[in-house]
Amino acid sequence: MEERSTGTASGGAPATTAGLDHTTRRMRRHVGTKIAGVLAAAILAFIVQGLARNGAIQWSVVSQYLFSEPVLTGVLRTLLITVSAIALAIVLGVILANMRLSSNGVLRAVNAVYVWFFRSVPLLVLLVLAYNFSLLYSHLSLGLPFGPSFVKFTTTDLTTALTAAVFTFGLQQAAYTSEVVRAAIMSVPKGQVEAAESLGMTYWSAMRRVVLPQAARVAVPPIANETINLCKATSLVAFVSVPDLLYSVQEIYARTFQVVPLLVVATIWYAVIVSVMTLGQWQLERRMQRNRRVRRSRVVMEDVS
Amino acid sequence: MTVPVLEAWNITKRFGDDVAVDKVSLSVEAGTAVCILGPSGAGKTTFIRCLNFLERPDDGYVFIHGETLGFTRVGDVFHEVSGRQLARQRRLLGMVFQQFNLFDHMTALENVIEAPCKVLRKTRKEAVDMAMSLLERVGLANRADHYPRELSGGQQQRVAIARALAMQPHVLLCDEPTSALDPEMVQEVLQVLGELVADGMTMVAVTHEVGFAREVAHRFVFMERGAVIEEGPAKNLTTTTATQERTRAFLQKVL
Repeated sequence: MEERSTGTASGGAPATTAGLDHTTRRMRRHVGTKIAGVLAAAILAFIVQGLARNGAIQWSVVSQYLFSEPVLTGVLRTLLITVSAIALAIVLGVILANMRLSSNGVLRAVNAVYVWFFRSVPLLVLLVLAYNFSLLYSHLSLGLPFGPSFVKFTTTDLTTALTAAVFTFGLQQAAYTSEVVRAAIMSVPKGQVEAAESLGMTYWSAMRRVVLPQAARVAVPPIANETINLCKATSLVAFVSVPDLLYSVQEIYARTFQVVPLLVVATIWYAVIVSVMTLGQWQLERRMQRNRRVRRSRVVMEDVS
Repeated sequence: MTVPVLEAWNITKRFGDDVAVDKVSLSVEAGTAVCILGPSGAGKTTFIRCLNFLERPDDGYVFIHGETLGFTRVGDVFHEVSGRQLARQRRLLGMVFQQFNLFDHMTALENVIEAPCKVLRKTRKEAVDMAMSLLERVGLANRADHYPRELSGGQQQRVAIARALAMQPHVLLCDEPTSALDPEMVQEVLQVLGELVADGMTMVAVTHEVGFAREVAHRFVFMERGAVIEEGPAKNLTTTTATQERTRAFLQKVL
């Protein structure tokens, strides 16, 4: 055993490695992959042709309405609902996640009921319920349970269709987001909190400065996913006559009967919004990965030069 | 007689039916270093974690300069203090962990200045100045803007020591500070800890490095099955100076 290894090391020129200097290597050509690529490109070309030449789409109508005032207002409103709802969902989600992770049984139970309820009710049902909130409860008052109340509101004044929509999407999304946040928090090693606490930080400042920034790295991809999902789900507000992107488009084609071109207008805008969100997600992920940047390569390059 | 910096009285910790730490008392004078030795599962780590309430003792009390940790005493009743108050008391106890536990999303420098800035409310410049001199002291000033994952285990542990020192603790608690390190890196960390003791830092360290205990520590405590079996001066600790049979048997194996 030992003899053989020293024999090779001292250049005993065994037959296996003789003449290797003159060889070249040829890699596999991956023919199948290339054929698949050509086929996919062809199919894509057919689809593009089908869309471009399809008279029913009426591209002139599409371009006529793409930047029209009601459509742009609709886009803004869709964005407004999405952004407010996801902001509400994230704040509430972080609180709910901490309730679930708390040692207090009552808080855990409240979280469980909340998540159960909002995951059980279909979004559309919830939306219509919220819109008709004033039928369910005619007055809202601030006071003690079963006791005196201090302030009283009439619910019809409070619930416009828009606020109903924002709260519906925000509250339901919070149930899902809280689970994402909980998973992300649990992914941060316990030692991180212990280190922070041993330095005299309180639990909440450890959460804010140490745990959440690290949890965010895990939570960003699924939350971006949910935001994109939510953005498209907001088209349901058409049911309660909030003039968002889809509703504005519907209003136009109800008048002009140009159904397909106007739905194409809506499709284009949704695609644009989702693209921008995706870019935002990439940016955010890049920034959060900064502590994983490969500094070694720079060091190696310095060594070489 | 001066009040000890750190005193533990009758610390007891149970996990279910298991008694991990059984009525352990310890008194640490200013400027002394105490090493806690013992086999795995003896409750050493649980005990040192009880000293700063990372683990809440089921029984017994910890005193820092005579002040009860985590409680205020009114007559014969100990009232549990708020989380904020406990956090304030913990500042006096620095902790070095087996797994370093550096904040992964912060550079070495950011790790060191985090608590001085957020807890002690120092200005950034003040904190950075002190952090740089601490990093200098552990030999890592040139790694200040590196993230933990870019540092070796020994370097991470030295940053963690600098981070603990940045709060100017009165006692440094070390929980097996070299157990997760490659053999080559053990020395660089022990050297830093030795220098701290030489400079007068009060220290309690759980360690398997009997050599370190002999050279650096003033006293040793030998624990087994949650209880202290033997306690004595650490200098010249050998199989013959140990009085208890169990301690001798342990030392025979590790020396």
